[in-house]
Amino acid sequence: MQATAAAIIESVSGRAVPLRGNDIDTDRIIPARFLRCVTFDGLGEHAFEDDRRGLAAKGEVHAFDKPEYQGAKILFANKNFGCGSSREHAPQSLMRWGIEGVVAESFAEIFFGNCVSLGIPCATVGEAAIGRLLAAAEADPAASWVLDVKAREIRGPITEPVTFLDGPRSQFLSGQWNPMSELLSHLTEVEQVASGLPYVSGKW
Amino acid sequence: MAKNLYEKVFDRHVVSRLSSGQYQVFIGLHLVHEVTSPQAFALLRDRGLKVKFPGRTFATVDHIIPTDIASRQRPLQDSLAEEMLQAIESNTKEHGVAFFGPHSGHQGVVHVIGPELGLTQPGMTIACGDSHTSTHGAFGSLAFGIGTSQVADILATGTMSLGRLKVRRIKVTGKLGAGVYAKDVILAIIRKLGVNGGVGFAYEYAGEAIEAMTMEQRMTLCNMSIEGGARIGYVNPDQVTFDYLKGREFSPKGADWDKAVEYWKSIASDADATFDDEVVIDGASLAPHVTWGITPAQSVAVNESIPAESDFIESERPLIREAYEYMSLEANQPIEGVKVDVVFIGSCTNGRLSDLQEAAKMVQGQTGKVASGVQALVVPGSEEVQKQAEALGLHKIFTDAGFEWREPGCSMCLAMNPDKLKNRQVSASTSNRNFKGRQGSPAGRTLLMSPVMAAAAALTGQVTDARKLFHLENKA
Repeated sequence: MQATAAAIIESVSGRAVPLRGNDIDTDRIIPARFLRCVTFDGLGEHAFEDDRRGLAAKGEVHAFDKPEYQGAKILFANKNFGCGSSREHAPQSLMRWGIEGVVAESFAEIFFGNCVSLGIPCATVGEAAIGRLLAAAEADPAASWVLDVKAREIRGPITEPVTFLDGPRSQFLSGQWNPMSELLSHLTEVEQVASGLPYVSGKW
Repeated sequence: MAKNLYEKVFDRHVVSRLSSGQYQVFIGLHLVHEVTSPQAFALLRDRGLKVKFPGRTFATVDHIIPTDIASRQRPLQDSLAEEMLQAIESNTKEHGVAFFGPHSGHQGVVHVIGPELGLTQPGMTIACGDSHTSTHGAFGSLAFGIGTSQVADILATGTMSLGRLKVRRIKVTGKLGAGVYAKDVILAIIRKLGVNGGVGFAYEYAGEAIEAMTMEQRMTLCNMSIEGGARIGYVNPDQVTFDYLKGREFSPKGADWDKAVEYWKSIASDADATFDDEVVIDGASLAPHVTWGITPAQSVAVNESIPAESDFIESERPLIREAYEYMSLEANQPIEGVKVDVVFIGSCTNGRLSDLQEAAKMVQGQTGKVASGVQALVVPGSEEVQKQAEALGLHKIFTDAGFEWREPGCSMCLAMNPDKLKNRQVSASTSNRNFKGRQGSPAGRTLLMSPVMAAAAALTGQVTDARKLFHLENKA
């Protein structure tokens, strides 16, 4: 976690890795057996481990195993990416593999929130646009892309407008994507709200 | 102005508007387990912070704990699991947080113990580093699954950053048929609305079928809200809720009880409250449901066949093909008769006393035993469930019929402990996720169903309509 090192994130630049498929869940991103740990160290190498092995057994290659996508920083995905378990180990493993930003048709909510806390901008685009982006990243793995939080677009061999939720976008642009410091600055108000709740105060 | 429960409870817990436009929200109950908390405690240590509300924070161990009694000896055989257990023991001790460890009498799946201790109450905000925290919404609380960074936020400040959700009311009308349970209702809802249909929404469950449900059934329902994409789901508190809570360890006592009930009534959705969306489901027409694919939306009624690709829109078809291939099932094949190797009755979805009672009742009425070649596990959700079940002799009914009676934990729901599928085994499971590899084998296959349907599958070795096997008929 980088709670103490929050910084302004205006864009993410690098190559893009395309990952087709709807409803890719966090068990697939990082299988549960790798959650037996007390730190997030080393999770990067296990990202998509079972999907990668499963494809390899069939003589196919997962995008995360293809040499041309090693070092990619932006992930392109389809609908409901990151659904299922709340495990932050999922975005942690993607981040430690090298992913710094994600463009997808849609995201599952907890995964999205975890990405914000880690400083990973997640942008959405429509079905046709993600189709074009996936195809472009497949056609030219070496292409450079910029996921521009400020300009709300993804630029590379093609350019597409993207949508960021306003709240998280302003968090990235202000460097406040990890909210702990701001939450800590309101502890007096926290105590006021808490003491006004009957189940906390005991004054039913 | 009329308000729904979500609006009332959310508004009372808002501390501030953050610079991002999100809300800082006070969390009244923070439940903690061993998998998603060690890194959060480490962060507090790095920053020199203390747990802000240790008295509102409760911890247990559930995900990694072995469920056979011999393997629970310390140190645990799995050194990684032992390290996690030691971490939560020392972290909770250091910060003055209550920890319900093995043999405390209160250890269990975090979403089972919160309600049974009376910690979960209407009108609260609740969070836990676990997506099935939505379970606690059964009491009319707002209960959020969170990641580890947010666990750290709540430990340090008692608050987290949240956006406002829209609210969709899902009305389930009519009376559920015999052999049809909350599990079938939620599988049918997710089938209808999709695994991402609830993104951005809180689900309010209402209607005659919901009002008639016990608290344990409501917990099953709310538990799987997240599988439909809704981060939280809730049921308005009513007499069923109050009757469940009365006399529990952390429930209000004496003169406070009546006042608490009045307060809880006041936070229910107003009769003329409005909603951002409404969906109506005919509960009376529902049959037991079984998943056939690799997402919880891929289910059919037990008397139906697996759908054809052409039943879906173009963009959904790749996932349907992936599901056929992974599950080795075909379009138009009846789900009934699909062979199973393993049966798992348990989890935060269906590991409570009434789940075990319903399954045991069916098993008891049969002369047969668990089918040859089938391994059937019954894993109580908590030490308290285990104690009560054993007092009722349920363990005897199960073991006499060839089921294994285990110690409490998450077990084969996600297989972080030694309970795992092997190779391509097919599991009839009362848990919540049929994702690829979910039950511990990267090629393992999961069919989600209710405890009674799982009991039927155990006895026959295949997906079976429990209504027929157990002669369940609707009473006029």
